[in-house]
Amino acid sequence: MHIMEGQLPLIWSAFWFAFSIPVIIYGIYKLNKLVSERREVVPLIAVAGAFIFVLSSLKLPSAVTMSSSHPTGTGLSAILFGPAITSVLGVIVLLYQALLLSHGGLSTLGANTASMAIIGPFIAYIFYKSASKAGMNFYLNVFLATALADLATYIVTSLQLALAYHGDYGSYLESFAYFAGIFALTQIPVAIMEGALTALIMKYVIQIKSDTLIDLKVLSASAVTRLKETME
Amino acid sequence: MKLEYIVSVVILLFAVQFFYGLIIAPDAEFGGADGAAEEAIVNSQSYEPWFEWALFEPPGGETESLLFALQAAIGSLIIGYTFGYYKGKGKSESD
Repeated sequence: MHIMEGQLPLIWSAFWFAFSIPVIIYGIYKLNKLVSERREVVPLIAVAGAFIFVLSSLKLPSAVTMSSSHPTGTGLSAILFGPAITSVLGVIVLLYQALLLSHGGLSTLGANTASMAIIGPFIAYIFYKSASKAGMNFYLNVFLATALADLATYIVTSLQLALAYHGDYGSYLESFAYFAGIFALTQIPVAIMEGALTALIMKYVIQIKSDTLIDLKVLSASAVTRLKETME
Repeated sequence: MKLEYIVSVVILLFAVQFFYGLIIAPDAEFGGADGAAEEAIVNSQSYEPWFEWALFEPPGGETESLLFALQAAIGSLIIGYTFGYYKGKGKSESD
């Protein structure tokens, strides 16, 4: 989903910065507030950020298109802390990759932030909260929310490129299909993998920090008790 | 343990799809999707590079994979440390 340096026309670079910057500012505000109110969540924020760090560095092979693509790792953080705080963690990873790996870029940071750090996490969050209300099994919910966030990230990238380069690859719809053929299809097995890994790490988070999950309103106290009973 | 079994099956299936890909397309290199899109953009007619800047560009694949590995290592270290810390803390409190 990384759009490389200079590969979006100026107008679209500016558009996606205008989209992303307010969310990041709000995210920094939320992050500061959370950290000052509940110091005990800091290690969990570090884990969520580190999870994005690890997953977005792994380029996994996909036989759907015979190419490789990386998961995003943002679903965990989105479920735990919401999309605004996740956007801040995501930007840190994108900056690392843009500055040290020349993977992605500064001019495209706004667009890459929008897809990986904002819209993907937002979808994970909305899905998790709705399915949670509807009473879906917790791990299935985490799996689906995360896999959807992963897919959504790559669909947004395809959309961003279709908007910027539609003339060259046919109509808007045809260009979207073209770029989605590169990104979104490749992502299907990768997204499933990401969903499964996130569900597993979530189980360990419950084991070590279930009280914080209740504080953060990720799970109710009764849900935690039920999940812990099934763990043995 | 049930979830661990399910995740193991997913990992296994992931490996199966990869080997299936290797069998049906033995010449495939499984190059990066990001790179494929980069190429599509460079080849498109309306592409005009207007901004080029790099603080640091890895000189080759080796350095690039070093930095990616470093990224994964730093992340894993933080996750392992935190989980270990809380597990140990929980244990000593219950003793």
